[in-house]
Amino acid sequence: MLNPLPRLKETPSQTGGPYVHIGLTPNFAGIAGVYDTDPGATMLTPETKGQRITIAGRLIDGSGAPLTDAVVEIWQADADGRYAGAMSHAANAGPAFLGWGRQPSNGEGIFSFETIKPGPVPGPDGKPMAPHVVLWIVARGINIGLQTRLYFADEAEANGTDYVLTRIPDIRRRASLIAPRDDSGPVPRYMLDIHLQGDRETVFFDV
Amino acid sequence: MTGLMLPGEDGALYPRDRSWHPPGLTPGYKSSTFRAPKHALLSLGATASELSGPTFGHSLINPLDNDLIRNFSQDGSEAIGQRLIIYGQVLDENARAVPNTLVEFWQANAGGRYRHKREAYLAPLDPNFGGCGRAITDANGFYSFRTIKPGAYPWPNGGNDWRPAHIHFSVFGHAFAQRLITQMYFEGDPMIWQCPIVGSVPDKAGIEQLIARLDRHNTTPMDALAYRFDIVLRGRRSTMFENKLEGN
Ligand SMILES: [Fe+3]
Repeated sequence: MLNPLPRLKETPSQTGGPYVHIGLTPNFAGIAGVYDTDPGATMLTPETKGQRITIAGRLIDGSGAPLTDAVVEIWQADADGRYAGAMSHAANAGPAFLGWGRQPSNGEGIFSFETIKPGPVPGPDGKPMAPHVVLWIVARGINIGLQTRLYFADEAEANGTDYVLTRIPDIRRRASLIAPRDDSGPVPRYMLDIHLQGDRETVFFDV
Repeated sequence: MTGLMLPGEDGALYPRDRSWHPPGLTPGYKSSTFRAPKHALLSLGATASELSGPTFGHSLINPLDNDLIRNFSQDGSEAIGQRLIIYGQVLDENARAVPNTLVEFWQANAGGRYRHKREAYLAPLDPNFGGCGRAITDANGFYSFRTIKPGAYPWPNGGNDWRPAHIHFSVFGHAFAQRLITQMYFEGDPMIWQCPIVGSVPDKAGIEQLIARLDRHNTTPMDALAYRFDIVLRGRRSTMFENKLEGN
């Protein structure tokens, strides 16, 4: 078959609603005892190789208010730029690091992941993409999950040639995906403000 | 967590048909007003970062994870409500089964009340109902769980909006770009057609895709009715006649 047309329609998305924490992070929502831990709450094991970092973000809506009812998932490569899991040409990461995490936003709209810095992954042009993390954001009022990326401010050279960043037509908007580094804590912390609307609206992707 | 590649499906994802999904801004659903990006989404096509995705072993799942009637029981008693079996097949757009993928679900109790500290509806909590569960699809893409029928509930949107009975679903697939959250409704419920959130889906045929069908054949006699809800995730082209995606 040469490029067969899809036979079925994708199931339409619906908002995760105001209580998405019940379904995806029930222990955080106060529903204890159903799952031992919330899925994706911990990304690291002692065997995980790579530089420990914190990735954090603050979700802000078009009125300037924090999103306190969101769930954020991240998906990333390991320190050598390999993905765990399925259906990837780059899928060879070791079992010590799944590369997937899930966190609720808190009362200030902030989410936070303890993870490792990912290595560079080959882009569609065969050149390495700058180290990055893929983000997926769901909440009340979001009709279909928002997909974006987080890049690292201390990778300025790689960011300057990254396959995705360089394809954002408005150069000023590229900065919306690049998280500044904060070294005041025990591990480097990269914190990004994610604006759903407004002058500083984050770049979201149709992937 | 082992890699899983379906034969013949390692090409690009079909572009998402955004006209089949709700647009970001749907004024009838007021919460979308400040939460819908105003810029157009940037289309780039998926890279290795979106074509890969996490897979979860069956070891994640405890025996009661797909039994919402008992998985929050405080004293051995079962949740109150009309007993249901919800089951279905996860497929992709090529109508191929999606095996070994995580499906999560959450819902209100029989009175329409969620177990959440911000929930303000006066319907009572059921001490033996938590409202969340999960399953991993089998080799043929099937999931199933046991629960009680959720009640309809009012919500602050318009002056007197009510949600039809529904169950929230989260599905992974095998590529992170397949990630989907949706809601399931019950066949024959007239409130489906009055709901602003349902109405965010542009096409009536799309809404029909969200409605589970009563399946008398699979009911458990003297115990539970069955509803079938199939879920379709994005599909991928075959690379048989295509250039490689990466490294070419
Ligand atoms: Fe709901």
